[in-house]
Amino acid sequence: MKFGVVVFPGSNCDIDCYNALRDVLDQDTEYIWHRTKNLGSYDCIVLPGGFSYGSYLRGGAIAKVSPVMDRVVEFVESGKPVIGISNGFQVLVESGILPGAFLRNNNMKFICENVYIRTESISTPFTNLCGKGQILRIPIAHGDGNYYVGDETLKRMEENNQIVFRYCARDGEVTDASNPDGSLQNIAGVCNREGNVLGMMPHPERCMEEILEGRDGAVIFKSIINYLKGGAVNG
Amino acid sequence: MDKKPYERVGLTFEEYERIVKMLGREPNGLELNLYGVMWSEHCSYKNSKQVLRVFPTSGDRVLQGPGENAGIVDIGDGLAVVMKIESHNHPSAVEPYQGAATGAGGIIRDIFTMGARPVALLNSLRFGELESDRTKYLFENAVAGIGGYGNCIGIPTVGGEVYFNDCYRGNPLVNAMCVGIIRHGDIKRGTASGAGNAVMIVGASTGRDGMGGASFASVELNKESQEKRSPMQVGDPFLEKLLLEACLELFETGCVVGVQDLGAAGLTSASSETASRGGSGMDIDVSLVPRRETGMVPVEVMISESQERMLVIVEKGREEEVTGIFKKWGLNSSVIGRVTDDGMLTIRDGDEVVGSVPAKSLAEDAPIYYREYKEPSYLKQVGVLDERGLEVPDDLNGVLVSLLKSPNIASKEWAYRQFDYMVRTCTAVTPGSDAAVVRIRGTNKAIALTADCNSRYCYLDPATGGAIAVAEAARNLVCSGAQPLAATDCLNFGNPEKPGVFWQFRQAVSGMSEACRALDTPVISGNVSFYNETDTDAVFPTPVVGMVGVVEDISHITTQGFKEEGDVIVLLGENTQEAGGSEYLKVVHGLERGSAPKLDLDREKRVQGCCLELIRGGTVKSAHDCSEGGIAVALAESCISGEIGAKVELEGCGREDLLLFGEGQSRIVITVRQSDLERVKDAASRFGIPVTVLGRVRGKELIIDIAGQRGIQMAVKDMETDWREAIECIME
Amino acid sequence: MFYAKVYITLKKSIADPQGNAIKEALLSMEYDGVKDVRMGKLIEIKLADKSSKEAEKRVRDMCDTLLANTVIEDYTYDILEVQP
Repeated sequence: MKFGVVVFPGSNCDIDCYNALRDVLDQDTEYIWHRTKNLGSYDCIVLPGGFSYGSYLRGGAIAKVSPVMDRVVEFVESGKPVIGISNGFQVLVESGILPGAFLRNNNMKFICENVYIRTESISTPFTNLCGKGQILRIPIAHGDGNYYVGDETLKRMEENNQIVFRYCARDGEVTDASNPDGSLQNIAGVCNREGNVLGMMPHPERCMEEILEGRDGAVIFKSIINYLKGGAVNG
Repeated sequence: MDKKPYERVGLTFEEYERIVKMLGREPNGLELNLYGVMWSEHCSYKNSKQVLRVFPTSGDRVLQGPGENAGIVDIGDGLAVVMKIESHNHPSAVEPYQGAATGAGGIIRDIFTMGARPVALLNSLRFGELESDRTKYLFENAVAGIGGYGNCIGIPTVGGEVYFNDCYRGNPLVNAMCVGIIRHGDIKRGTASGAGNAVMIVGASTGRDGMGGASFASVELNKESQEKRSPMQVGDPFLEKLLLEACLELFETGCVVGVQDLGAAGLTSASSETASRGGSGMDIDVSLVPRRETGMVPVEVMISESQERMLVIVEKGREEEVTGIFKKWGLNSSVIGRVTDDGMLTIRDGDEVVGSVPAKSLAEDAPIYYREYKEPSYLKQVGVLDERGLEVPDDLNGVLVSLLKSPNIASKEWAYRQFDYMVRTCTAVTPGSDAAVVRIRGTNKAIALTADCNSRYCYLDPATGGAIAVAEAARNLVCSGAQPLAATDCLNFGNPEKPGVFWQFRQAVSGMSEACRALDTPVISGNVSFYNETDTDAVFPTPVVGMVGVVEDISHITTQGFKEEGDVIVLLGENTQEAGGSEYLKVVHGLERGSAPKLDLDREKRVQGCCLELIRGGTVKSAHDCSEGGIAVALAESCISGEIGAKVELEGCGREDLLLFGEGQSRIVITVRQSDLERVKDAASRFGIPVTVLGRVRGKELIIDIAGQRGIQMAVKDMETDWREAIECIME
Repeated sequence: MFYAKVYITLKKSIADPQGNAIKEALLSMEYDGVKDVRMGKLIEIKLADKSSKEAEKRVRDMCDTLLANTVIEDYTYDILEVQP
């Protein structure tokens, strides 16, 4: 199977995602320049973090009109998995592939730190190897990660089991104190209705090795591999 | 009184005469302006050059010393580290966000112009006392500016230092350091050679940035020039990210003969310096430089400090390769001239030649000044410290708390949390330990990085203070498991025309040089920033030392936190109970005086050597050096980092306060397994250094007994809260 | 030639911490009676459209598709005819 990591002008975490997949998990991985017309050979697409187009206007706003995004929309419609991390999540939201919008962190500063997130849904291609409620310690690094979505949409998302991760305390309790940026209901990651697209603000590619921030991020990529191999999707 | 034209560009009469003699004629208006910028202290180092010659700059591992855009030191396996530190002090006082941001931008370009991918940023920041609104404003915005630039371009800001002292009130210091990794064969230099080769400008278009303060002599300026000049350089980190990727891609093609970024004095310095290094000349047409403003006259194009631009010398016939790559990344690239062999920098505006001077005369022939120096009168007075007049505080716990809360010692997390220190997934030791450690993919190695200077010591004794800055930097690297390799320096001083300031400068450089020689860390690059003073007060002499070390195996990486209950705490070195220049003396007694702590370079070298050998032998579980706040603070910090307590016994003799908080040098606190204690004593004996067992890691409190009496007893959680929240409380 | 000024603000229902911080600062500077502050963006666009009706339609499209995130932002605009 082959992973593709999209590179927009200004993407930074493309190399981190590439290294996580190719070096740590030994997967066939390629970079996808944002002008690429053909995504047919890929089994999973990764939209990495960074500052695509400087995050000017709004994070992900200009990337959404990048040539590759039409192809990404088609890829999504074909049912194949797509994961958007941090700025990648912003691109998915600006493109309308995922619901919601992002505001500035409520302390109005960029925040880089390790946080805890609780796995709310294990029936996605990205969390099928997680336990229900499993707590992962994964870093965030963003200035505009305050997730917002309207009441009606939120209700539908909850009904459809689209909330995938929530910020929590070390013991798993979802509290205000454990919410780093003011995100509505501590939402840290969501998926689309069909369940094949995940957007998450924390960076799993940053914790794949003991020498760095620990290995809690690996389970997300391993879940995708498991799914692509035809492994069971929970729930 | 009308100023003479040469005065308006900052030249003296003698300098003007020198130019006339070199040219054999009077310079025209444009040419005079070029000399004005190139012969400024900032570009020519005319006041500092002869002093800087004292630095040791060569060594087995040095691939590039001072003189290029950055220094390069070998780290083995065919790889090298590219490193430099630079100041951006005056712009940051005016506009701290953009000043700090463009400071970061400038130093990053200095690294990738050598062909290296930048892998880490560090910064050394100094402001007035934190309680003042003005300081909070400067601190907040400088931090935001560094974060805004570094985060966007995707280079992790992994370390640095922040100090607060009244002497910086009117003159904040913002020093930015950048480090890159390169294969030996990929090194590029800022040299223009090969007559006929193309001279291209790439990256951002050129505007009137950074010229607000410049005085243009004898040149016709149109109305637009007067109105639209911007005093501030404004950075665009997104554009620099594109520029970085485009340049690295370009370098792989092999068509680049030389490259230099456009920094201070813009196109003038880039063209004259590259031509001069190559022993060549250059013929450029300013009308071909892409602009973002209308009506720019030639001198404006030559002196503009618009950011994110590079000068690339390209093999004749391969210009299209450059254009192709830059077009892919959405950036300008234009041929603006050719390398020649006549040694002249010839500037045209279309067909008309508007200036022509020898490139070397701009880049290298500024006069060298031997400034007057004299020991300043304040020194005798401030060197006196009557310890008997200092009361020993009853509440030593309270003293420890006030030190942990002192902004110079307290956690800097409020600041570094705003920097992405993890991007590129190579940061093995993140901010908060003695040094940052960045691993090198594809090898089993890592590099350790730090930036250090205790300027209070330099104020009391610039020579010792300078040496200590070097020693402390090396000590921090050793504590992280690295062999120190090379240094870069940012020398921040007051007005060099004052003999007292110039004396401090000479002394500091002399002290640093001695330490660099003793510890084998040649100076491979650096920067001088003078005139950091307002009214009558100059800043403390502040020679910041940036240093890199190599961790030969990632298993050697060591951090400062205590690790496990039962580990034995050992002191390498000895406690000297020196009060002079200590944070304790300032915070508790309100004094900044006395002698700077003594530094015995031979002892320092042995202590570092012993520690590193033990680390490499797998014996050391944690290592932390003693600096501000002395051994008590060092122990407290290790408890806090390790989230565990300790019980320590110190031999008492003399004052408890100076024993706990004195800042004697060459001390490292390590922890080891009980079973390794003999190995430690044996190593200490071979290295000829004192070694003392202090106690054990245990429990939830830091307990320090002195000669059987309880000196300190504090819950680790409480110390942590005080230390962690101090700066946040003041800022929010 | 038309010159459009587009004003983009957060929807009233969305909390505006920047606006709030500005309000607190103004009050602390003793500008009494500052009741509410909201912060937004101004985007200025010069367009070579044939008619103001055309310009207006295009500006509205630009707002809907790029300039504003209509999940969280509202927009208004002024369009003037200017000399080229």
